[in-house]
Amino acid sequence: MNDVAPVHSIGGYVPMVDGPEKVSGRAKYTADLVRPGLLAGRIFRSPYAHAEILEVDVAAAARLPGVKAIVTGADCDRTFGVLPIARTEHPLARDKVRYKGEPVAAVAAVDDATARKAIELIRMKVQELPAYYTATAALAPGAVALHARRPGNIERDVLFELGSVADGFAEADLVREATYNCAEVCQNQMEMHAALAEYDAERERITVHASTQVPYYVHLMLAQILDMDMSRVRVIKPHVGGGFGCRTEALNVELITALLARKAGGSVRTVITREETFITHRGRPETDIRLKIGLRRDGRITAVECECDQRGGAHSGYGVVTILYSGSMLYAIYDLHNVKYIGRRVLTNTPPCGAFRGHGTVDVRFAFESLLDQMARELNLDPFAVRRANLLTAPTFTDNDLMVNSYGLPQCLDWVETASGWRARQGKLARGKGLGMACSHYISGASKPVNWTGEPHATVKLKLDFDGSIVLLTGAAEIGQGSSTVLVQTVAEVLGLDISRIRIVSGDSDVVPKDNGSYSSRVTFMVGNAAIEAAQNLKGMLIAAAARKLDAAPGDIECLGEVYRAGAQDKGLSFQEVVTAALAEAGTITVTGNYSTIPESHGGKKYRGAAIGGAMGYSYSAQVVEVSVDEDTGVVSVDKVWVAHDCGKALNRLTVEGQVQGSVWMGMGQAMSEEAAYHDGLLVTANMLDYRVPTIFDSPPIEVGIVESNDPHGPFGAKEAGEGSLAAFLPALTNAIADAIGVRFNDLPVTPDRVFAALEKRRRARGNGGE
Amino acid sequence: MAGILDFTLNGRQRVDAVPDNLLLLDYLREIVGLTGTKTGCDGGECGACTVLLDDKPRLSCLTLAASVAGRRVDTVEGLGHDGRLSAVQRSFHEKLGAQCGYCTPGFVMASAGLLRRNPRPSDDEIKEALGSNICRCTGYVKIIEAVKYAADLAAQGVAP
Repeated sequence: MNDVAPVHSIGGYVPMVDGPEKVSGRAKYTADLVRPGLLAGRIFRSPYAHAEILEVDVAAAARLPGVKAIVTGADCDRTFGVLPIARTEHPLARDKVRYKGEPVAAVAAVDDATARKAIELIRMKVQELPAYYTATAALAPGAVALHARRPGNIERDVLFELGSVADGFAEADLVREATYNCAEVCQNQMEMHAALAEYDAERERITVHASTQVPYYVHLMLAQILDMDMSRVRVIKPHVGGGFGCRTEALNVELITALLARKAGGSVRTVITREETFITHRGRPETDIRLKIGLRRDGRITAVECECDQRGGAHSGYGVVTILYSGSMLYAIYDLHNVKYIGRRVLTNTPPCGAFRGHGTVDVRFAFESLLDQMARELNLDPFAVRRANLLTAPTFTDNDLMVNSYGLPQCLDWVETASGWRARQGKLARGKGLGMACSHYISGASKPVNWTGEPHATVKLKLDFDGSIVLLTGAAEIGQGSSTVLVQTVAEVLGLDISRIRIVSGDSDVVPKDNGSYSSRVTFMVGNAAIEAAQNLKGMLIAAAARKLDAAPGDIECLGEVYRAGAQDKGLSFQEVVTAALAEAGTITVTGNYSTIPESHGGKKYRGAAIGGAMGYSYSAQVVEVSVDEDTGVVSVDKVWVAHDCGKALNRLTVEGQVQGSVWMGMGQAMSEEAAYHDGLLVTANMLDYRVPTIFDSPPIEVGIVESNDPHGPFGAKEAGEGSLAAFLPALTNAIADAIGVRFNDLPVTPDRVFAALEKRRRARGNGGE
Repeated sequence: MAGILDFTLNGRQRVDAVPDNLLLLDYLREIVGLTGTKTGCDGGECGACTVLLDDKPRLSCLTLAASVAGRRVDTVEGLGHDGRLSAVQRSFHEKLGAQCGYCTPGFVMASAGLLRRNPRPSDDEIKEALGSNICRCTGYVKIIEAVKYAADLAAQGVAP
């Protein structure tokens, strides 16, 4: 028996526990669910960008045979929103519409064709108002307020200065200022939004299946919108086809479907189109940035001044948080002092933006790393050396009170510098080829949840029954990122068992403990720690049972996973024998593990909103991008990406690699081709051809280096892996293009049109100069 | 108007009365209940609905159900044998070619079609075969690895 050893489940390449369902077509997403007598839901949307509603006429639609229920703004006067301070959105517009495509009415009918026909019969009368499609237009003096509570159309302004930028710039050898524009982008996850609501009229209860990242928020907002007690609501999250942030808010489709189901007294499924999914939006806002940096000849940054305007769309959504992240996350990557930030979140007559992967950090990071690269060149400094001159020393607190305990950025820099052959190759590539580098970072979970209740940040339950199987119950939403797998691995590791002993149930509010959901890269850190505690509690009970059975002291019991024994010579008890002994005492065992963040991680109070950015740990990323620029056509090809990501500890190397590659690639889409474009307020790129997601042809090999800085608070040392590598791609690309052709692009996306126009302009200028 | 559709679905003969204007995608999902085939866009843009028609990849969202009369249609549910995953399914699982899984049935079918006609595809041939399928999670890196691994598994005798 001496060769018995606990199984190790973390640190390797572990395929996802729900993978077989996905590859075989058995995985059920919301649109795949059916119920007897299921009705089809459809939404009537405003064709006006900004208007007072005079009348919504649904009489003709109601007369159509097969129509079972119609709801309008008159059916619900309550509001929703992700932030408790900004719950101002109606599921169906009342009084006013504020963007083209805003839901106004909805129909449930016997089939989709009838529902579509009914939608065409709905009429609305309005008094049109001036509409504003840019932040500048909405901010102009005299502009009509979209919301009476926000005269001037500023949802939130932020101002802080920590240290003195005047002093900092005075110390600098070089001060440069530049402006940047990042186009609005959408998550465009593969699964279109969908909801299935079942109303039980006898019991006055509702069950809603939703394609959400946070079932808990959907639960809260359903109760709010339906004016039902929370205990009468059940939310189930089936398989979810991606999210990337747009599903961290309860969406109008879920709430509208519930309103329809209650009115129809039955089950309604609404699967909106790709175009409607784009319009539901919650993507990254168009962002204008003015950035000024002071740099010394030794590479030290002396001061930073950043001004940031975000075109937020027609409702607040996550906007207050987004504009705060853009400022607070200037910190926690480099050792910065003397920082001033001026942020404005603007309300406009476009669909509401929200939290998109890398929430609030990406566009500012693009500007920062671009200007730093430009200034390094001007001072003839190596861009790696400039980063190394500004490294933090962990553990530390930043000037805005962010807690940094682990910091693998130096190792990330070393890895990409070596892997890319930077020293040997940079500056020596053929004409039209270039190398660029940049860094980025991200939080491992917002330290304070949006809905502050005083409860632990995360709770996991484990159920152990007579059969010796362990069921892990969690509200953490598996949306493709691998959260279910990593939680199973975590529990297996603590107990020394193979992961096949553990099953996971997630995302049914009747069964699983509440969870704050899959946003801000919190699950591995928060829920992972809760899972460890739960597994340790279970292990304690099993050890106690084994001790009783073996007539030994608990401290003498050795847990070897499948065997518990007292002393190396003892053949011990099998896991099943220990389970039987434990259940004899207690019956079916259920244990709880909790995790709460520590107050030191809650950010600061130096300015209003300074808590945003607070986290238990930060991931770090460095990237090198190699490009080829075709100077005749303006086409930029990314030949290769090297990315190093400090995830603290890779609990699952396979999913870490997958997340990092996916992040880099999503950054590539934003950098090179993706743009939500409007014509008179109409989103004209609301399909997968005009909204240009990179295809497999456009996509480079992405080599991933995993850096493990072992965070003292992380589960087994782990931090986040799913967001932090996105932002660095954008500046690494434009830095590489500047290296290749000597032209710097400050506006995104860098399309072939833009590159061609810039090259033409230069050719003409040179031509005029007599070249 | 409706007609009788008589064809072979996942190796089994099937006869149904179907409306003339019914799309193969909706037929599979709504009438047969094979929901593995996904709707990812408003028509012909994403590849999530890819099935094999006589071994060749076909977008079921642009195909009338009536047009497959007398032909062979394979969906993601028809791969694999005795409840075990096929080579392509296994490789997408083990190499993380699937994250959220929503585009996966389309990629699996396009890859299975590729391997049926070309057992040892090069990287460029893989890209060509999967060029009209969009994935939003993986960046395609592990999808390419998965298809190559599937070719290895198929060479060892696992059905693609």
